[in-house]
Amino acid sequence: MKTEMICIVCPMSCHMEIEQAEDGTILSVIGNSCNRGDSYARKELTMPMRMLTTTVAIEGSLHRRLPVILTGEIPKEKQEEVMKEISKICVKAPVLYQQILKQDICDLGVAVMASRSMDCYENE
Amino acid sequence: MQEYDVIIIGGGSAGLAAAIEAYKNGCEKVLILEREKELGGILLQCIHNGFGLHLFHEELAGPSYAERYLMLLKETKIETKTDTMVIHLSKDKILEYVNPKEGYVKVKGKAIVLAMGCRERTRGAISLPGSRPSGIWTAGTAQRYLNMEGYMVGKRVFILGSGDIGLIMARRMTLEGATVVGVAEIMPYSNGLPRNMKQCLEDFHIPLYLSHTITNLYGKDRLSGVQISQVDERLQAIKGTEKEFDADTLLLSVGLIPENALSLEAGILLNNRTKGPLVTQSYETTVPGIFACGNVLHVHDLVDFVSEEGKKAGYFAAKYCIDNPDLMEETIQEPITVEAAKGIIYVIPNQLYVNKLLEKQDFLFRVNTPLQEATIIIEKDGMLLKTIQKKHLAPSEMEKVTLKKEELEGIRGRLSFRIFAKGETV
Repeated sequence: MKTEMICIVCPMSCHMEIEQAEDGTILSVIGNSCNRGDSYARKELTMPMRMLTTTVAIEGSLHRRLPVILTGEIPKEKQEEVMKEISKICVKAPVLYQQILKQDICDLGVAVMASRSMDCYENE
Repeated sequence: MQEYDVIIIGGGSAGLAAAIEAYKNGCEKVLILEREKELGGILLQCIHNGFGLHLFHEELAGPSYAERYLMLLKETKIETKTDTMVIHLSKDKILEYVNPKEGYVKVKGKAIVLAMGCRERTRGAISLPGSRPSGIWTAGTAQRYLNMEGYMVGKRVFILGSGDIGLIMARRMTLEGATVVGVAEIMPYSNGLPRNMKQCLEDFHIPLYLSHTITNLYGKDRLSGVQISQVDERLQAIKGTEKEFDADTLLLSVGLIPENALSLEAGILLNNRTKGPLVTQSYETTVPGIFACGNVLHVHDLVDFVSEEGKKAGYFAAKYCIDNPDLMEETIQEPITVEAAKGIIYVIPNQLYVNKLLEKQDFLFRVNTPLQEATIIIEKDGMLLKTIQKKHLAPSEMEKVTLKKEELEGIRGRLSFRIFAKGETV
């Protein structure tokens, strides 16, 4: 079985062709310009992974939301579940850049981390 | 009136890079003026990752990319004023600003760097037909509401335009619980990166309608629906192809325009194609001592290149205020025109001073249509200088060509860039 795929690792956007055996085993990946394309294609067909960014509530700062990012990728279909869990987080300023806000979210082995610092701010 | 070496208007990615570079090159009195309450610019609302691959060799979230620059800024003695709006700029480099602490203030810069960024095109800019209810937003405004202020702008969303901001917002709204019913793009190809097409639309099964545009909007107080139609080769709607969607929200991702109200006041000439100032290889505008960089000059697709451009403008601004500019006047000759010919929308810089050629001169440009297997042809005074083969070119991806000093030496009138498509006859 052959699958066509555009690599999304970098803006080169290589057109790849992946050949799989009947049991799903990947036989070959062609069309990629580098190794990252090969590993992306294999992961995408077996367990597609995505990075997730969102915001959490913050008190005592200029903004009401603090942007966060995960410390690693998660399986694509877990995004909704992780979003629900992150929405329960509420933090107080000040927060440091890369401060861990929640360890091991949804038992996926990755943490939720602040993607910026946010100081205390008194709103007049 | 207080005088500074370099004053930078705008504390976003271009302005921060320019300020740091001007300071590093010997300017002691550097001032950044920023209208928001904090520095960082539009990066602060771009919470998705993918920034910094070229500059930091890692994928950062937008706010993290800004944070890196703010850390560098802290190591300097650069003065910054936030919550400060520049209301006037004159060609003798005097500017007027207002803020709640100081009121109205006039300052003078030996050099000025314009780094005001760009604005989103609105409904009016593209003459969208239909009623005028609430619920119609530019994608960036909705992004700010959602990511910084914590408001969802709607529940059933339609998106016009397949640029990266629109695609990113399709994913963001979906993850936050909204339903994105579709994305329409007037061109027969998407303007977004393939990675965003995949991760933002395909992953969430959001349909993309290529060669389609909005032909009607419904709703009295709040938007209730949109009608789209297919368009022909001349981008005119085809009767009988209408499709309707229930939607309470429409997001527009239909292009960005450099923000040049201040530049025009100072008498700076703009380029018709980029809508940004005309600049030389030193990123100097048509008013001596005023420089421009980032999205106020031309709209970029990668922030890394904005920072790079800011750095260059900051360097030349520092050089201008340290070398006595009055002495430099004497060496000024007529500049060489850099021409964007067939297949190319624009080239930056627009003008070259032969007496100030750099060892390596970068040229940035965009093509007007997507192409596979094309050739970039560069001509010097009408004679072939260089050809460059490209596997893939697209309007959404800025291209860069670097020419050496010796390749450009001896040029008298015109440097021209054009595209030769595969299968085209001479």
